[in-house]
Amino acid sequence: MSFSADLGLAYPELILGIGALVLLVFGAFAPKASSLVGWGGVLVLAAAAFEAATGPFGKAFAGGLISDAGSAFAQVAILASSAVSIPLGQRWFQRRGVDNFEFPVLIVLAALGMSMMVSAGDLISLYVGVELHSLALYVLAAMHRDNAKASEAGLKYFVLGALSSGLLLYGASLVYGFAGSTVFSDIALAVHSGASTGVLFGLVFLICGLGFKVSAAPFHMWTPDVYEGAPTPVVAFFAAAPKLAAMVLFARLLGQAFGEAVGQWQQVLVALGLISVAVGAFAGLAQRNLKRLWAYSSIANVGYAIIGLSAGSAEGVQSMLIFMVLYMVDVTGFFACLAALRRQGRDMETIDDMAGLFKEQPGIALAMTAFSLSALGLPPFSGFWGKFYVFKAALDAGPLDEVAAVVGLVGSVVAAFYYLRLIKVMWFDDPKAATDTPPIEAKTIGIGLALFTFPVVLVALHWLDGSAAQAAHAFGLG
Amino acid sequence: MPILSLITYAPLLGVAGILALRLLGKADDPKTVAASKWIALVTTLATFALSVLLVVQFSPHEAGFQFVEDAPWFGGLHYRMGVDGISVLFVLLTAFLMPLCIAASWKSIEKRVLEYMIAFLILETLVIGVFCALDIVLFYVFFEFSLVPMFLIIGIWGGQRRVYAAFKFFLYTLLGSVLMLAAILAMIGISHTSSIPALLTYHFDPAVQTWLWLAFFASFAVKMPMWPVHTWLPDAHVEAPTAGSVILAGILLKLGGYGFMRFSLPMFPAASHMFTPLIFSLSVIAVVYTSLVAFRQLDIKKLIAYSSVAHMGFVTMGIFSGNAVGEQGALFQMLSHGVISGALFLCVGVVYDRMHTREIAFYGGLVTRMPWYAATFMLFTMGNVGLPGTSGFIGEILTMTGTYGVSTWTAIVAATGVIFSAVYALSLYRRVVFGTITNPKLDGIGDLDWREVAIFAPLIAATLVLGVQPGAVFNLTQASVDHLVSAYQSAIGG
Repeated sequence: MSFSADLGLAYPELILGIGALVLLVFGAFAPKASSLVGWGGVLVLAAAAFEAATGPFGKAFAGGLISDAGSAFAQVAILASSAVSIPLGQRWFQRRGVDNFEFPVLIVLAALGMSMMVSAGDLISLYVGVELHSLALYVLAAMHRDNAKASEAGLKYFVLGALSSGLLLYGASLVYGFAGSTVFSDIALAVHSGASTGVLFGLVFLICGLGFKVSAAPFHMWTPDVYEGAPTPVVAFFAAAPKLAAMVLFARLLGQAFGEAVGQWQQVLVALGLISVAVGAFAGLAQRNLKRLWAYSSIANVGYAIIGLSAGSAEGVQSMLIFMVLYMVDVTGFFACLAALRRQGRDMETIDDMAGLFKEQPGIALAMTAFSLSALGLPPFSGFWGKFYVFKAALDAGPLDEVAAVVGLVGSVVAAFYYLRLIKVMWFDDPKAATDTPPIEAKTIGIGLALFTFPVVLVALHWLDGSAAQAAHAFGLG
Repeated sequence: MPILSLITYAPLLGVAGILALRLLGKADDPKTVAASKWIALVTTLATFALSVLLVVQFSPHEAGFQFVEDAPWFGGLHYRMGVDGISVLFVLLTAFLMPLCIAASWKSIEKRVLEYMIAFLILETLVIGVFCALDIVLFYVFFEFSLVPMFLIIGIWGGQRRVYAAFKFFLYTLLGSVLMLAAILAMIGISHTSSIPALLTYHFDPAVQTWLWLAFFASFAVKMPMWPVHTWLPDAHVEAPTAGSVILAGILLKLGGYGFMRFSLPMFPAASHMFTPLIFSLSVIAVVYTSLVAFRQLDIKKLIAYSSVAHMGFVTMGIFSGNAVGEQGALFQMLSHGVISGALFLCVGVVYDRMHTREIAFYGGLVTRMPWYAATFMLFTMGNVGLPGTSGFIGEILTMTGTYGVSTWTAIVAATGVIFSAVYALSLYRRVVFGTITNPKLDGIGDLDWREVAIFAPLIAATLVLGVQPGAVFNLTQASVDHLVSAYQSAIGG
């Protein structure tokens, strides 16, 4: 394949990379025009998403980059989610006197990293993508630099992220050493003739490293602290798109490189998924801070996605994709609502702060109720349909996954308690003091996404069902 | 004309109307509040009119589903609605009780009236949807989401321990229904269809049936509720506002019985047959034990709540007797209990609105101040006891007759429950209504006003008409019940 044809497959990444650099230079020379940089960022993301959705499929750079239905699906979702975070976050920072143009640039860079992750075809591009997006996220977490908690969050995220990158790299080197190649399709050939202990050892390290990135228990320790410390709109961003990117990478690695070893990794994933669901459900019960609460909720939800993936079938991957996309909407919307809420100049972050919210801000309270019920998995909200697909795939996948599905469902009842407590506080209790007028962009995004969880999702699923099924077949699991 | 969708979603028009009011005016403006009540009442009455139309158009001689609507949804699911002789009655019952609930809340609900009316209208849509859904996933959606409005109704407008009761209600029911969800997903995986009519004719492997049956049982037994998972009900009833209790006892409990008849019995006949002794045992324990518990209650509502558990024991017994008499009796008992227990909770509501207590010891001698109330309460107490001439009698006698042939001992033990019910119901009546007034606070209590008379009149009529003319109901249900029973009997080889 010629170099120009290779480049043709990498257009989304090229647009993002060049766009980020141009915006950076523009911002450096016109620091006052940060809003303009923000809109420029949205434009770059939109252009890349368009290119991803319409671009050609194939393999480029000796298998290092794969453009297929799977990567296209994930890229569109990731880029859309990134595009939403720019207006949400930039205005938030501006109101707090942090008016820097680097925010949109970092989002675009993170998006570049994520789109490399989802189209990675070998261990090196996998690692480059993971690092690129992680570095951008570390900076974003500490962006509110006058705030001690935000700096702490950034540092914690960085140190533990570096550890997980180390695990990932170690696993990658083991796999390379035993399989003799870093390209997924060549690793698959090596696994085909019988996976050696060394390769499986490497695979376990890779799974651990990716487990960190998706914050699956027992690699979840950083999540509550980082969610609590980082600025709310930044959490809205990195609780959503990076999780999808890492899950898609997970699916691609397991499907295209280790598809033949499904029997080996299936049990690891079931364990990972169930521990995550249990930790998320039980540890969440003790949380008073909503950001920590949703950190545990995201741990539990990633657990469900992993259970879906552990089915080891195209149906399982499809269920994971649908689940993650619907979950992204949920979590972004919830944090957008949270970013909109202040009382007397103070951010409202604890459950008690939400007392009587329905009387004060009926729109936002309704939206947050919808997100909570959706995360609880109650029909007809989007979260239910995500779980519906996940458990359907798991129940078809054999006895191990059947047990996982039933335990997972029971775990959702435990988690129901803390979502209900939030709803109870918002609806049953009386407000303590008036809330400040919510900023229009956060409120619009929050309520708009709430309308997606119901009723738009019922229409959107027509399309999501088909396109996720198409995408799932690209990952090489039959 | 898609009449089922129309009936199901008609209450949502009222919701839209109230929301429009809310956007136009202030939520606590008395005019807005009054208008919202009228909107809710008119909407529920219109829904009732539509459901009467449905029953009139329903052709009783067909065993299959009628008024079927079908549109493909995503992922192989269908938006499929339809009613047969079993479900059409529940649609009517729901639509019948809803306007009464709205009227009963007219004065007793003082805070957040708009939200209250919205919650009730949404609940009506969901419950009717449960009875009409012919796709198992659609059924689950309606079934499960009905928890949310009820959770809010108990939690916002309930009594002292409302939060505890609301959580208990929600979590108990949720645990049951997630297991049912697992079973539903497994059924779709095995049979590759989510259509209820198709699943009714699908033969599941007996070993699989056992698991599926148990999962459905977990959900419906909690909903019903059966002993020993009934403990959420007294709490929920005591804390719920009057109309909430009416809906809970009158309709939501019927979802369990409906579920047993629609899913457990016809879809898993072998498992149902195998578990019949279990159901019979739990049913007679419910009948005898909860009757005794009811007798010792100090709170009027709690007493009626326990009596509901006992009456539901007859229903489960009748359903799993597996013969036409038992099924007809169970259906009739559910219908009659919906009317009578709803009316009893309304009777409690009448004195609660005036005195703000439900303690039995507080009352006594009401007959001297409230003669009309005493007569109304008497009628429904008699209905609850199962006096011939009221609808309560028909259901109990038929379920016992149906069970007698299958398990004589079950029927005999259950029959003692009829005596127990007379004990607790009449003693309640004696302590609250008869005697002389000893509590000076009761001196000024007034009799029923025109609004309350208007609420009770249709309930009295229903109790008596069903009691002397039950044939009208059996006529509607006959074909579907015969179909159900013959399919069940041939499946278990009986």
